[in-house]
Amino acid sequence: MEKVYSKPRLLTDAVMHYCPGCSHGTIHKIVAEVIAELGIESSTIGVSPVGCSVFAYKYIDIDWIQAAHGRACAVASAVKRLEPEKMVFTYQGDGDLSAIGTGETIHACNRGENIAVIYVNNAIYGMTGGQMAPTTLVGMKTSTSPGGREVNIHGYPFKVADMVAQLEGVCYVTRQSVHTPASVRKAKKAIRLAFENALAGKGLSFVEVVSSCNSGWKMSPVGANEWMEQNMFPFYKLGDIKV
Amino acid sequence: MAKGRVEIDRERCKGCEVCIGACPVSILALSSSVNGKGYAYAEAVLPEKCTGCANCALVCPDGCIEVWRD
Amino acid sequence: MEDLKLIKGNEAVALAAIRSGCDGYFGYPITPQSEILETLMELRPWETTGMVVLQAESEVASINMVYGGASTGKRVMTSSSSPGISLMAEGISYIAGAGLPCLIVNVQRGGPGLGTIQPSQADYWQAVKGGAHGDFRMIVLAPASVQEMYDFVFDGFDLAFKYRVPVMMLSDGIIGQMMEKVAMGRERPRWSADELGDWCVGVGKNNIITSLELDPQVMEGRNLALQRTYNEIEDNEVRYEEVNTDDAEYVIVAFGSSARIASEAVELARRDGMKVGLLRPITLWPFPYKRLRQLAGSVKRFLVAELNAGQMVEDVRLAVDGCVPVDHCGRMGGMIFSPEDIYEQLKGHGKGI
Repeated sequence: MEKVYSKPRLLTDAVMHYCPGCSHGTIHKIVAEVIAELGIESSTIGVSPVGCSVFAYKYIDIDWIQAAHGRACAVASAVKRLEPEKMVFTYQGDGDLSAIGTGETIHACNRGENIAVIYVNNAIYGMTGGQMAPTTLVGMKTSTSPGGREVNIHGYPFKVADMVAQLEGVCYVTRQSVHTPASVRKAKKAIRLAFENALAGKGLSFVEVVSSCNSGWKMSPVGANEWMEQNMFPFYKLGDIKV
Repeated sequence: MAKGRVEIDRERCKGCEVCIGACPVSILALSSSVNGKGYAYAEAVLPEKCTGCANCALVCPDGCIEVWRD
Repeated sequence: MEDLKLIKGNEAVALAAIRSGCDGYFGYPITPQSEILETLMELRPWETTGMVVLQAESEVASINMVYGGASTGKRVMTSSSSPGISLMAEGISYIAGAGLPCLIVNVQRGGPGLGTIQPSQADYWQAVKGGAHGDFRMIVLAPASVQEMYDFVFDGFDLAFKYRVPVMMLSDGIIGQMMEKVAMGRERPRWSADELGDWCVGVGKNNIITSLELDPQVMEGRNLALQRTYNEIEDNEVRYEEVNTDDAEYVIVAFGSSARIASEAVELARRDGMKVGLLRPITLWPFPYKRLRQLAGSVKRFLVAELNAGQMVEDVRLAVDGCVPVDHCGRMGGMIFSPEDIYEQLKGHGKGI
């Protein structure tokens, strides 16, 4: 028999600290695969955020910079300007990118930095214990919206991808998921295209991955994926937003 | 004779069960025993039916599954 | 022929950046230092040396660009003025925590808050006592002339890379806006790829730049390593200048622009037969504690002249340790003392603060 799937070569042996069933692990795997398939592991620099994926640098064996909360796109902008031949990408959650890092994200997008942004949106702050994020759905219960998000108090869920798609500097915006085999294959293609765009100097590519946070949502991993299909996807519609 | 084979790193597995639902021929189940971290882990209970499609491995967040195919 | 130019302090920083082999400048406009970014944009060094110049969307972005740029092992810098430096505090702490070298120029204005665009030295504490969360230090260089604003860009990068720490040039609106003759002899190219360190990203070593460590024993180890570096800096890098201290009965301690005014006060006093000297700390951290302690054995009194409510005076008192009185002469809010003000204060007739 022929081996048809094994742990990606660039994924380290460290057991990931993520909760069972967390989408981060799957997204890490496909990022590692894309880097290996493009043969750019020695010239790729990742920027990790503050949040659950802060330790992304322990799991994919490339150069990494751990950025201050929300500032990954500013960090990546400078790295790419100083190392224009390198592949530079950020990996950020929705707490990091859509709240505290909104400014840095929008301006990196608007400048058309030749980087890829992997944006993992699970509509909650995972690491700090399940607080409301700008992306939290209306009615969704979190530790800081215990009665469910109310628009008159908290405003509306934030569709960052749709917003950055309006900016001239952004060449590619897509919204994907990784909860089924088919979606993993599609998300991987999207991340590969984002990396190719950055390497080709086409501007900023923004790949949102709608994800589950079963711990934060207080569900089983499989139950969280089902809830995501029923509740997240109608609002955060999957597919390309700008190509 | 099975067309495929899966090998699951039981110590890396966290028993999230995402792979179980992804298998089109339902050959995976959670073990009754636990690994060193205390997680029940995924195992192939009907290995002879494995097609080697690798769907389980694709959705495994922890990269625990290796797949072989004829 | 020596290359002399009549320029502003802020322009000197921009010219020195290009000539010191700086790889990247990331900044945001704020008075009274905007000429640094303006001059760089005018000179377009990306077309000559390849130096990157980028106007960021905020000081927060600027310092995080510096963090990213420093992670590549290259010479990177930013500049701002007081409120902007406050915004950079988190980023500076990250830079120190991750062991990254960079140069940060603060052309001080008066505070607190939005304060004033007029000069001040009220950010002394912020600069020398860390200025952000965590146990860390910056080497702080205080220029007293346009020439020093030029030279300290070179020295700042050298020190930053020698110890892998952030270095701050603590100037102010007087020196930044003042025009003086500058000898621009020093010049060096940007580093080639082969000259970069082996600790940074982009050199094919799968390096990780981070200030995060959750294991408390390992984190304490990192802190201890930082403290060892700081001890080494304190042993090796203290810089100060003395004028007429040999026979001095009174010593004025002043840094940066205040030292220029204080040196005239020394002349006034000497004309009247009063034995007065001046000690000008050039590095505000590491601070010349030892030398001041020595002087405390022979002088009757110190006077600290600074454009704030009394900040460096605390370090002078620490150094002197109660041996002799240490007085303070200060102005705030963009007001500047005259040599006569300092002299009157020295004679004991001043108003003080």
